[in-house]
Amino acid sequence: MFTFRKGGVHPPENKITASGKIIAVELPREVTMAMSQHIGAPAMCIVKKGDHVERGDMVGKAGGFVSANVFTPISGTVVKVDKTKNAYGMPVDSVTIAASDEDHASDMEERFGQSRTRGEIDTLSAEEIINIIGDAGIVGLGGAAFPTRVKLTPPPGKHADILVINGAECEPFLTNDHALMLARPDELLEGVRLLMRGADVEKAVIGIESNKRDAIDLLRTRLDSDESIKVEALKVKYPQGGEKQLIKALTGREVPAGGLPVDAGAIVQNVATAYAVYEAVYLGKPLIDRVVTVTGPSVTAPGNYLVPIGMRMSDLVDLAGGVPADTGKVILGGPMMGRTAVSLDCPATKGTSAILMLPESQSSRRTVQPCIRCAGCVAACPIGLEPYRLGLLSAQSRWDMVEASGVMNCLECGCCSFSCPSSRPLLDYIRLGKSTVGGMIRARSAKK
Amino acid sequence: MSILYAIIVLGGIGLLGAVVLYMVSKRFYVKEDSRIALIEELLPGANCGGCGRSGCHDFACACVSASSLDSLVCPGAGDEAMNKIASIVGLASVQSRPMVAVLKCGGSCEVRPSTARYDGAGSCAVMQQLGAGTAGCPCGCLGEGDCVDVCNWNAIHIDPLSGLPVVDEDLCSGCGVCTRACPRHVLELRPKGPKGRRVWVACSNTERGAVARKECTAACIGCMKCEKVCPFGAVTVKDNLSYIDADKCRLCRKCIVACPTGAILDAGFPISAKDAAALADKKQQESKKDD
Amino acid sequence: MNQLLTISSSPHIHTRRSVASCMWNVVIALLPSLAASLYFFGIGAAIVIAVSVIGCMAVEFAITKWMLRRPATLMNGSAVLTGLLLALNLPSNIPVWIVLIGCVVAIGIGKMSFGGLGCNIWNPALVGRVFLLISFPVQMTSWPLPLVNRFNYLDATTGATTLGALKMSEMASDTVAGASASAEEQVFSVDMLQNFLGGVGGSMGEVSALALLIGFAYLLATRTITWHIPVAILGSVALFTLCIGGDVMVELLSGGLLLGAIFMATDYVTSPMTKRGMVLFGVMIGIITVIIRRWGAYPEGMSFAILLMNSFVPLIDRYIKPRIFGERRGLR
Repeated sequence: MFTFRKGGVHPPENKITASGKIIAVELPREVTMAMSQHIGAPAMCIVKKGDHVERGDMVGKAGGFVSANVFTPISGTVVKVDKTKNAYGMPVDSVTIAASDEDHASDMEERFGQSRTRGEIDTLSAEEIINIIGDAGIVGLGGAAFPTRVKLTPPPGKHADILVINGAECEPFLTNDHALMLARPDELLEGVRLLMRGADVEKAVIGIESNKRDAIDLLRTRLDSDESIKVEALKVKYPQGGEKQLIKALTGREVPAGGLPVDAGAIVQNVATAYAVYEAVYLGKPLIDRVVTVTGPSVTAPGNYLVPIGMRMSDLVDLAGGVPADTGKVILGGPMMGRTAVSLDCPATKGTSAILMLPESQSSRRTVQPCIRCAGCVAACPIGLEPYRLGLLSAQSRWDMVEASGVMNCLECGCCSFSCPSSRPLLDYIRLGKSTVGGMIRARSAKK
Repeated sequence: MSILYAIIVLGGIGLLGAVVLYMVSKRFYVKEDSRIALIEELLPGANCGGCGRSGCHDFACACVSASSLDSLVCPGAGDEAMNKIASIVGLASVQSRPMVAVLKCGGSCEVRPSTARYDGAGSCAVMQQLGAGTAGCPCGCLGEGDCVDVCNWNAIHIDPLSGLPVVDEDLCSGCGVCTRACPRHVLELRPKGPKGRRVWVACSNTERGAVARKECTAACIGCMKCEKVCPFGAVTVKDNLSYIDADKCRLCRKCIVACPTGAILDAGFPISAKDAAALADKKQQESKKDD
Repeated sequence: MNQLLTISSSPHIHTRRSVASCMWNVVIALLPSLAASLYFFGIGAAIVIAVSVIGCMAVEFAITKWMLRRPATLMNGSAVLTGLLLALNLPSNIPVWIVLIGCVVAIGIGKMSFGGLGCNIWNPALVGRVFLLISFPVQMTSWPLPLVNRFNYLDATTGATTLGALKMSEMASDTVAGASASAEEQVFSVDMLQNFLGGVGGSMGEVSALALLIGFAYLLATRTITWHIPVAILGSVALFTLCIGGDVMVELLSGGLLLGAIFMATDYVTSPMTKRGMVLFGVMIGIITVIIRRWGAYPEGMSFAILLMNSFVPLIDRYIKPRIFGERRGLR
């Protein structure tokens, strides 16, 4: 069993929806496509009010190298090009598309079939595969939504020799990757092979936490005699799915501090991303839907839903039985790294891996107590930082010392705050320190 | 005999220590301009950084080596102290324009309904990372008091009723540390104005009027009325947000009367902004009656 | 969903551990030793423990309520723990007023004067104990015989501790060359099994090594402490004693070594934050303990060793850092 050694915590798993099949959601009559659903420059809107678009048409074009195209999952007319509020209450440029009855009816027939023949696919070059992935607007679907094209194009002079596929899903509550692995194993493996060709590597390893035994077994049987791809069981431990931790666990290599995974010869992709790559190459289907786990202790019909991107999240939650009456906190993503939403009256994005509704009783933090120097945070940090010290320095705005203490290595996994018996807001301040120091570093390099 | 030993040993240690101390003080002596200490005494010693230097000592050093005091103004010391400093270094003193921090947000609890509850570290900068915050407005004051924490003059406190910071203009030195600490930049340094009279737009929201109004009834909706009514061209509306140029403003306060949301505030006038607005309402109603 | 949603920074779930649960876990781990001391010393032990615990709580309550004007912190169990540890470091026949002075010094000077829980530099219970040891040496070192005096409190028959006897014999052997034989005799007259199960005189907590080890096992099982500090202390004491030719088992099992290694040195607030720091901390305590026991004036050096190393904790934390992932050791 593979794992990383340093730090980590064991939060209760709470995988309520683990046995759930993927439930396909009926296409909505209206979608709102945000232009910024990924890390990097926002996409540029290429439609105007009154335009008619078809399912799978591009509405936003990548606004730079680190950016991604945006596509509409429904046919219809552009009714609004304006700023709308995202789940965090911030205004973002968006395009709203409404479907007429005819549009809706035409979308009912599946329009994405085999778009390339086997022979065509087999002769695709690495560059062509990367271009297809980039044009399809595919981003990392693990939650960070980093454009996949960029990840597959390492800086000049660096080359990866192994592709690491992340099926760890170490966040509590989340089961969207698990459901996908069970439902589409062959397509997923095909996507992995395409990614291997795109990244020009000879071998790939899929890491899955051992609490998903069925997925491990299924993928292993489907692999058959393919020696280039390995499926490995990982110990259940958070943050097993952290990029650096995963590489360490599966290959034994350490990504140098401040470096990229490719510096350790690895490229990491999520299983859901691999599936999206399969769809883009085989079916010519851009990234217009994704699996979202809708869950929570008091949600009546929790499950894994195949959601058209741009669909209103409140409609999605209604399918799962509505927002429970006792809800005190709505989290987009898992409970360890997800962000809290102020409203569900906004569209799902490419990065929405889960909607987690926690009851009021689990929503508040305990009263902050003085640090008793129990060393729990130091032991829990998978990076080897001293969170108690970083938190204190950040709260005092001593940015030079925050930087010298290695804050930029922090992966914001939340193990420190999780493990603190005094309930101190360690990560709150460390994240502030990281963003401030990051800004200082960018300003410095801009000066040079 | 034993007494003699003790004296010799102790005396020897003392002598050795004295020699070492003397050598060290000679070796590491730092020569410093004596005027620096004089100037530092005149400075407030708050190390606020309002002068743009890293602290009062740094400022004093800069004064001594400067050829002109044009760019060297301590906002906290006041003109009297700056004159003394000028005479110490033998340069012409520069009259500074007294500044004060004003809040470009009128989103009190009353006018800006809460949309969420914040539970975390008591810092605006931390809260800012979560998105819009506890109210719908993505531009307004977050009310966790980062400005209060950084103010070296105890000039800012959070009003428990409105949830907004209040700047005490007598205590405010105009150093501007709070304007830099605010993650949303809702604090602005503006001239105190003649007799402390000034007019400013108490809103930072750049969203469209309808959206802004929904989030906060005291928001600037970019209706341009103020821009049109201003006889001096001091008001400009950009990105749905009005801004008053303090250099051009002649304090006629027509904009306050014209503003439909009451987003423009004044200070230092005998009649406060609210009374003036009420007066304006009355006048309007009367004129309507007359029609 | 009528109420407002809560927004906060991730993570949104937290461990069930709390300050109070950590403290009470240590209290639970002390129960076997508590039972042992009650069994061996009877009524005296009960009085001293009760006075010490209640005294420490009262001092903490008074200071938080009337001097600092902060919310009461009694329920987090730290005052109870300090009281318990202080009591277990005292002989069972010590007068009540001395115990109370110990409480005031431990909580008032040792903890609250630094700002309360989490801010103190030295282990409060040890500050109290060492203060008493220096101020009242006679009362602090007249150890009642176990099992003999269970129904007497102040007028208990007293005897020497293992280490005390050892020290005496060493001194004797230093002065009279021919007395070495009797010293040998005395050392070997110490029954190892008795030392382990209990029954040799000493302060209340040190009487039974077995009870302390049960507590240690509990602390490890509940992950309240890690093994680093106790193992480093015991290991270094064993190794160092071996090097200078002492009796390893006597050194390990007698005196406050186990009590100190398991319960005093592992105090969160006054021990280092990193694993390597903890090991260094433990090793140094072990060495200093043996040095004091062997060459110092006191038969027992554990308290002094821990307090000394407590002072070095900020320095240890400053220079011993965990290795950052992806950085080579020593690069920083």
